[in-house]
Amino acid sequence: MKKSVIFGAATVACLSAGAAAAGTLDDVKARGKLNCGVTTGVVGFSAPNAEGVWEGFDVDVCRAVAAAVLGDSTAVEFVPTTPKTRFTALSAGEIDMLSRVTTWTLSRDADLKFTFVGVNYYDGQGFMVPKELGVSSAKELDGATVCIQTGTTTELNLADFFRSNNISYEPVPIETVAEAQQQYLAGSCDVFTTDASQLASTRATFETPGDHTILGDIISKEPLGPTVRHGDDEWADVVRWSYNTLVAAEELGITSANIATLAGEKTDNPEINRLLGHEGSMGEMLGLDADWAVRIISAVGNYGESFERHLGGQSAIGLARGLNALWTEGGLQYSPPVR
Amino acid sequence: MNTDIAFVQTETIPPSPPPSSAIGPSKWIKDNLFSSIPNTILTIVTIWLIYTVLMQVVPWVANGVWTTSSLTECREVLQGKTGACFSVLSERWNQILYGFKYPVDSYWRPNLALVLLAFAAAPVMFFDLPRKMLIFTALYPFIAFWLIWGGTILGPLVALLGFVAGGYTFKTLSMKSFAAGFFGAIAAAFAIWIIGGALIPETASENAWLSPVPSRDLGGFMLNLMLGVTCVSLSLPLGVALALGRQSNMPLIKGISVVFIEFVRGVPLITLLFVASVMLAYFFPPDSTVDLFLRVVIMITMFSAAYIAEVIRGGLAALPKGQYEAADSLGLDYPQAMRLIILPQALKISIPGIVNVAVGLFKDTTLVSVISMFDLVGMIRGPILASTEWNGVYWELLGFAALLFFIVCYGISQYSQWLERRLATDHR
Repeated sequence: MKKSVIFGAATVACLSAGAAAAGTLDDVKARGKLNCGVTTGVVGFSAPNAEGVWEGFDVDVCRAVAAAVLGDSTAVEFVPTTPKTRFTALSAGEIDMLSRVTTWTLSRDADLKFTFVGVNYYDGQGFMVPKELGVSSAKELDGATVCIQTGTTTELNLADFFRSNNISYEPVPIETVAEAQQQYLAGSCDVFTTDASQLASTRATFETPGDHTILGDIISKEPLGPTVRHGDDEWADVVRWSYNTLVAAEELGITSANIATLAGEKTDNPEINRLLGHEGSMGEMLGLDADWAVRIISAVGNYGESFERHLGGQSAIGLARGLNALWTEGGLQYSPPVR
Repeated sequence: MNTDIAFVQTETIPPSPPPSSAIGPSKWIKDNLFSSIPNTILTIVTIWLIYTVLMQVVPWVANGVWTTSSLTECREVLQGKTGACFSVLSERWNQILYGFKYPVDSYWRPNLALVLLAFAAAPVMFFDLPRKMLIFTALYPFIAFWLIWGGTILGPLVALLGFVAGGYTFKTLSMKSFAAGFFGAIAAAFAIWIIGGALIPETASENAWLSPVPSRDLGGFMLNLMLGVTCVSLSLPLGVALALGRQSNMPLIKGISVVFIEFVRGVPLITLLFVASVMLAYFFPPDSTVDLFLRVVIMITMFSAAYIAEVIRGGLAALPKGQYEAADSLGLDYPQAMRLIILPQALKISIPGIVNVAVGLFKDTTLVSVISMFDLVGMIRGPILASTEWNGVYWELLGFAALLFFIVCYGISQYSQWLERRLATDHR
């Protein structure tokens, strides 16, 4: 019987925090699978499809790390986590990394002892209003009724914003986005406010998305990024540079379409050569082999491709790149040099 | 006699039928729906309400779209008409029922387990059936475990052997003393499990006839049913033991029972589930972990056992003292008195309460969605509503979930009413 109750042990190794801290990279290689914490379902970021295969923008980061470390982007054990279980799962060692719309804040970094390896999505709190209201800026919302999720930072941000602009509003407290959607469409509130990416994906499900507009005002900073435990810098480096590879590939114009040609022979561009392992020993420094970046890009494409596939024009959500455009195009996405 | 009368009726006139207003449907309508002015008003309002609801629901269901592959396509097909998008059910039904990771070619295994459950539960629920069928009931947990989780058959076999050895030890030793039998049985069972567990080779599951499925891959309504059935059937005996323990004269046993019941009843189930999923990972040594499903089963069982114990304590308290004294005067010892006289009566009184707990427990199994297990509700709220195709389909999915739960809960309630009628031996 002891056997049969411990049969999770092989696949879902719940290592203690101490054991996991020593060489996560080696643990993952020995296990042959990356345990990656994701959401239980957020549109565009992570959700299983009809075949039960996880897909999404955050999922691509997990797949990139698996491709780099294990050479197989499907060698990921996706561990669904809720906002309440995500941090304990990571610190207890149940997962090797967390890629789950998690905002990078000082307290999470210093107090909860996590290392945020980058920002894969710059989000922020926005407003959605019906077009017929004729509002073009959040500052014109004096006296509006606002649907707002209770007990979240969005509630506090909203209060701050309205107070600092010296205008009044009437909150309509709601529990979930689903509820907000119904209330908003029924006209119980003039405005719905939450993270802009969430607003866009909610609007995409409306019968007539064109009748609603997301205002340009963004009133808070929500940098979302992949996270690992404190105390294992080698592993943090692997995750950080797996993610940076996605951005660097877009900067350098490497896509999943041309990666086969570029990987085949040395190019004239030394940056591409270093990233793809033709020159230098970048992979070796990370504890990986020379082809690590080639595998990442062949598996998930570059940052822009992943964005378009899950959040941008190719998806039903249709988000604009905005802050998440490359720094050369007026956005904030920027990869430190691979050298 | 006056002979001027032209005609005299010689036989009795047959009774005429009552006027149409005093018979048939019209009388029923008059008596029941329009008997007075307030009742007439209420009737009209009710009919209007029903009409309004039906006018919304009937076209919604009748226009339902079943074959599209996303919500957007549904809306294109409907062209602005009212209509449900049932396509989400026809595309994702397997995820709703089995979760998104259970291997598709193994769906027959839980299905078969469910069919066998009917045979296993029948002799327990309908005691007119031959008692020999209870043998299958005793074997069922091991068969179901093997079917659903797959892997080597040796695991369930060793577990079964442990129970058999325990039962045999109890039978031999309890002739002398109950305590010797009780503890001897536990020792024997554990000896078999430890030895047997060590003998099963590590790789036994790899080439098993039924491919092994880890607990994390279970989901959907299957998970609710499994949790519900397991926890109800485990918490009943535990609840009986706790109720008796609380009534016991032995201070230690009484104390433990009271503390357990009061502690568990004083804590929300969701807290226990969080402890099960999150905190326990810190306490177990590295590399050894108790399966999440088992942890959740233990927590829910503890929770419902505490409630069932209180329900049964009510039943015990309702018995007149004379019943206890009658058992003593017959010279029965404690186990005999309880088994033959007290518990049959107390349990009969407690049936409505126990069923109430069971129905509540079954619905509470949806709480596991907050610890990221993908039960029916977790499946709907998480993966399905988060897919770009189906984000925004609420009524169809949650209505389907409600329908599934209603079928099971209504079945339980009908069974309990039948049971009460069947056991109605008192003279009221």
